[in-house]
Amino acid sequence: MNKIVEKEYFSDNVVKIVVEAPRIAKSRKAGHFVIIRVEEKGERIPLTIATSDEDRGTITLVVQTVGVTSSKLAALEVGDVILDVVGPLGQATHIENEGTILACGGGVGVAPLLPIVEAFKKAGNRVITVLAARSKDLIILEDQMKQYSDEVVIMTDDGSYGKKGLVTEGMEMVINREKVDLSVVIGPAIMMKFAALTTKKYDIPTMASLNTIMVDGTGMCGACRVTVGGKTRFVCIDGPEFDAHQVDFDEMLLRLNGYKEQEKKAYEEYLATVKK
Amino acid sequence: MSVAKEYLKEERSQEWRNELRKSLKSKERLEFKRIKMNEVAPLERIRSYIEVNSGLTEIEAMAEARRCIDCPDPTCITGCPVEINIPKFIKKIEVGDFLDAAKVLKETSTLPAVCGRVCPQEKQCEDRCFYQQKLGREAVAIGYLERFAADYERESGHISVPDVEERKGIKVASIGSGPAGLAFAGDMAKMGYDVTVFEALHEIGGVLKYGIPEFRLPNEIVDIEVDGLRKMGVKFETDFIVGKTATIDDLRADGFKAFFVGSGAGLPRFMNIPGENYIGILSSNEYLTRVNLMHAAQHEYDTPLLEGKVVAVIGGGNTAMDSVRTAKRLGADRAMIIYRRSIEEMPARVEEIKHAKEEGIEFLNLNTPVEYFADEKGRVNRMKVQKMRLGEPDASGRRRPIPIEGSEYFIDVDTVVVSVGVSPNPLIPAALPELEVTRWGTIVVNEDTMQTSIPDLFAGGDIVRGGATVILAMGDGRQAAAGMNKYIQETVMNKV
Repeated sequence: MNKIVEKEYFSDNVVKIVVEAPRIAKSRKAGHFVIIRVEEKGERIPLTIATSDEDRGTITLVVQTVGVTSSKLAALEVGDVILDVVGPLGQATHIENEGTILACGGGVGVAPLLPIVEAFKKAGNRVITVLAARSKDLIILEDQMKQYSDEVVIMTDDGSYGKKGLVTEGMEMVINREKVDLSVVIGPAIMMKFAALTTKKYDIPTMASLNTIMVDGTGMCGACRVTVGGKTRFVCIDGPEFDAHQVDFDEMLLRLNGYKEQEKKAYEEYLATVKK
Repeated sequence: MSVAKEYLKEERSQEWRNELRKSLKSKERLEFKRIKMNEVAPLERIRSYIEVNSGLTEIEAMAEARRCIDCPDPTCITGCPVEINIPKFIKKIEVGDFLDAAKVLKETSTLPAVCGRVCPQEKQCEDRCFYQQKLGREAVAIGYLERFAADYERESGHISVPDVEERKGIKVASIGSGPAGLAFAGDMAKMGYDVTVFEALHEIGGVLKYGIPEFRLPNEIVDIEVDGLRKMGVKFETDFIVGKTATIDDLRADGFKAFFVGSGAGLPRFMNIPGENYIGILSSNEYLTRVNLMHAAQHEYDTPLLEGKVVAVIGGGNTAMDSVRTAKRLGADRAMIIYRRSIEEMPARVEEIKHAKEEGIEFLNLNTPVEYFADEKGRVNRMKVQKMRLGEPDASGRRRPIPIEGSEYFIDVDTVVVSVGVSPNPLIPAALPELEVTRWGTIVVNEDTMQTSIPDLFAGGDIVRGGATVILAMGDGRQAAAGMNKYIQETVMNKV
C-alpha cells in the first residue's frame, strides 16, 4: 500500500508522484483530494488527485516543494512508501454538459484541473483551457491538457512561452471572443481571486477549488474554514469547490498564512539538515 | 439492558464473598473515610504532560475496597452504562486478588483503564452508591478502584485476554475506532464474530487519542487496551473512510454482514460571531488534535502550533477544560475559561474544574464573546465580551443566561479556542441518503437494539447522541453488539 511506483520531475521543484492506492483509485472522481502523511513525525496535508489508473491501482499526485512536508514527499523515490494516504475526500466536481467551459489553472493547480477538464470534455462540453505560470519551465501537463481540451492557451508572466501576461488576460481573450457558460479556476489563492473578479465582470458562473490548511480532512477540526456567501463553510467536506464569486479570498489568503512563521523556520531547519 | 439479577445474586452468595462480608461488620465498614486520589502537585504538572492523577497504592486500594458493604441490591451497577459487576471486582481488591478484579472489569468493559480515568463516576455508579443514596456520605471510590485494578494488571505484565467463543466465520464492521466502536468490537469478538474496525485517521482510538490529553489519559493506556482487542482477533484498518474509500455496498460485497456506525460527533460548532475566522481562533478539536494526535508541541514533529501567551477557551465542558489546561502546559501566561453560565452549571467534571483551578486557570463565568478583532496580519488580538446574568431554567433544567445590555468590555488575547460543542459527523449520513437522521443530523436508532432504518446498520455514541461521554458511547457499543448479534441470528444464520 502507498508505494511510489513512478516519479517524474516537471521542473526543479514540481514533481509528479504515482502511488499505489487501489481503493482510492477505484472510488475517486474529479475534484476529490487525499490527505497524506509522509512519515511518523510528519504532518497531514491535503493534495488533490491529478489522475488515477484503476487497472494499475494507482493515483497521481503533483507536488510543488514549498516547505518541509512537500520537500519530504518529493524526496521519496520509486519503491518508497508514503506512510498514510487517505481518501478520496471532498465533494466530487458536479459535471454536466454546460456548453463551453473555460478552465484556468495556475502553477500546480493545473494538476487538479486535469481530471475536471477530462470529465467536462467527456460530458460533451467545448473546453478551452488556460494554463498560466511564471515561466516556461513551470507550465505542466500541457500535452495531457491538450488531449481533453479544444484549445489550450498558455500564459507566462515573463513571456518565455505562449503569450506574455497573466492568467486573467488569457481568460479575457477567450471571453471577448466567444460565449463561455462556466469557468473553473484552480491555482494559488491570489490567482483565483483575480480570475473570479474577471469572470464576475462578465457574469460567468465560476467555481474555484480551494486549497486551505487542513488537519484531518474529514470535517473534524475546522482548520479549513472559509467564508462563502457570508457563511462559514468547511473546505474538506463542503468543498473543495465553491462558487468563486462568493468566496472571501482575502480572508482565505490571511488564513493560509496562519502558520507562516513556524513553517518558514521549520523549512530553514529542514534545508540545513538536508544540505549536511 | 439489565444484568440478570439471579447472576448477581449467585455471584454474591459464593463462599468467598459470604466469608468476606462476615469478616467485618457493615457498621465498621461505614466508619472508614473515603480515600483521596494521589495527584502530582499543580506547579510541577503544568510544566509537563505528566498524568495528573497518579493512582492508588495497593494498601490504599484494599483499604478503600473495605468500605463497600457488598449490598444485596447493588444499585451502583444500574449507574454503569456497561454494567460492570462492581461489588465483585471491589471485593476481589479487598482480598488482594487484583488480577481477578481486572478480569471482572473485562467481563463487560473493553476499556477499564480508560474508564477508570475519564468516566464521570460521580454522576454514574458513585451517584447510585449506598453511601451517597442512603447516608448522604461520600460514595465508595469506584472509579479510583477501577483504575487501580486495570493499572495493576497492565503493570504486572499478566494481561488477561477475555475468552472468545468459537469463530462463527461471520464478518462484521465497526465504522470508527472511538470508545463506541471499541466496545462494540470487544463484545462482538467475544461472541465469535470476525470484526474489522475501520478508522479514518492514522491512529486507533478516536477521541481517546485526538481529543483527551496525555495528562488525563496517556495514549499508551489506549494502545494497550487496543492491543487486547487485537489479541481477541479484532482487525484494524486505519486511513479508511467508509463511504469514501469504499462504500457500504462495496463492503457488503466483500462479505460484511452488518455494520456499526460509531463515527462520532466530528463537526466542531462555532458561534458565528464577527471575526471568528481570524488566525489564532480555532476549534478545540483542531487545537487538541494538533497537540495530542499530531504532537505539534514537540519540536521534532512537523505539525505547526500557535503557542498562545494569552489564551481564551470558550465553553464549559470537559473539552474546554482539556483545552485550557493544555494551553497552560504549552506556556500560556494567562489561560482562561469564558463561559456564559455560572460555574455550577458547567458540564465539565467536578474533578476537571478543581484541577484546572489548582493549575491557575482563570474562570470568567457569566461572560460570552460577541466579537473578535485582529492585527494587520489577521491574527486575533482582542475580543469583546458581554456579561450575562441567570434567568429562569431552560429546557436543560439549567438557568438560562441572559445578556446584560451595555456590559461589554474588551480582553486582549492572542489565541482563542472555541469549545462550544460539536455536531454529528456528516460523512456516513451523506453516503447513505436512505438513512433516517434527525434534523440535527444524528442517526435515528431503535433504543433497545441500536438498529437504524437500514436493517444491517447499527449506530451508537455521539453520532446518535450528538455529544456525550466515553462511557455512554461504550454502553451504546455494547448494546448495539447485542442487537446486531440477535439480528444476525435471526436473519443471516437462519438462511445458512
